[in-house]
Amino acid sequence: MDKLTALFAGLLFGAGLTLSGMVNPMKVQNFMDIFGRWDPTLLFVMAAALAVTYAGYQMVLKAPRPRFALAFIIPSLQGIDERLIGGAVVFGLGWGLTGFCPGPAIASLVFGYWPSVWFVIAMAAGMAIARHLFLGTDESPSDG
Amino acid sequence: MNQLDGTNLVTAFTPLSGLSGGILIGLSAVLLMGALGRVAGITGIFAPLLGRWRPDNAWRALFLIGMLAGAILTALLGGFDSDSMAFPGNPLTTVVGGFLVGIGTVLGGGCTSGHGICGIARLSVRSMVSTAVFMFFAVATVFMLRHVIGAS
Repeated sequence: MDKLTALFAGLLFGAGLTLSGMVNPMKVQNFMDIFGRWDPTLLFVMAAALAVTYAGYQMVLKAPRPRFALAFIIPSLQGIDERLIGGAVVFGLGWGLTGFCPGPAIASLVFGYWPSVWFVIAMAAGMAIARHLFLGTDESPSDG
Repeated sequence: MNQLDGTNLVTAFTPLSGLSGGILIGLSAVLLMGALGRVAGITGIFAPLLGRWRPDNAWRALFLIGMLAGAILTALLGGFDSDSMAFPGNPLTTVVGGFLVGIGTVLGGGCTSGHGICGIARLSVRSMVSTAVFMFFAVATVFMLRHVIGAS
């Protein structure tokens, strides 16, 4: 049941990214172009996703444990450090340059355009190198 | 289309499909937390799959397979027209950008979903700071690209 739920949660996520148009990197880059071809759609996607997640987390986190797992795995790191800021700066540069962040880039692979493929291969290489340099080999990214 | 050929540069503001898609993403995040106790952050889901296989990678792989299926299904049902897509820049900027996104998301502990949605939803200060920083640098990068260098 946990496996089926993971599959279904992924399906909802991919459907949301696609329906909202976020799989189109030009639409995302136009959101960032406030002084040009501004397309505010991303703001509405984030606001709706945040509202639902905030309200839903309040409800589900009242349970003693998740339905199909032993415990909630909630990121425990506190405090602002150089890695958090440095990582966000580097990520922001790449996101602006391409209009792609990890979720939409992976989902966009199904539409069969080469830039999606180049992006995801380069992103995977960057992630593998960053894991090797900054994390233990079996450690997950700290916040999500 | 492939990389920029001058079409599809302008995208329409679509608040209703934006809100609907955002609700689906939120429902996904709530379901994953309520059922598996996990954060729906794509960096945290994808990056561990690049290392040695571990038992809790199974749900990660299934989530990503579901995500691909959700994208196909939505397009098949008429919720998205993939002919409207356009890819900024050229193959070089795409590869450089992908590499930066990979380094930055792992170093910074998450991306738009893990920090921007799930992290802010649990009122994490780290996630609020991260989101403000990556949003600012993305906007600044696009300003430089389009209004200083003059890219389309």
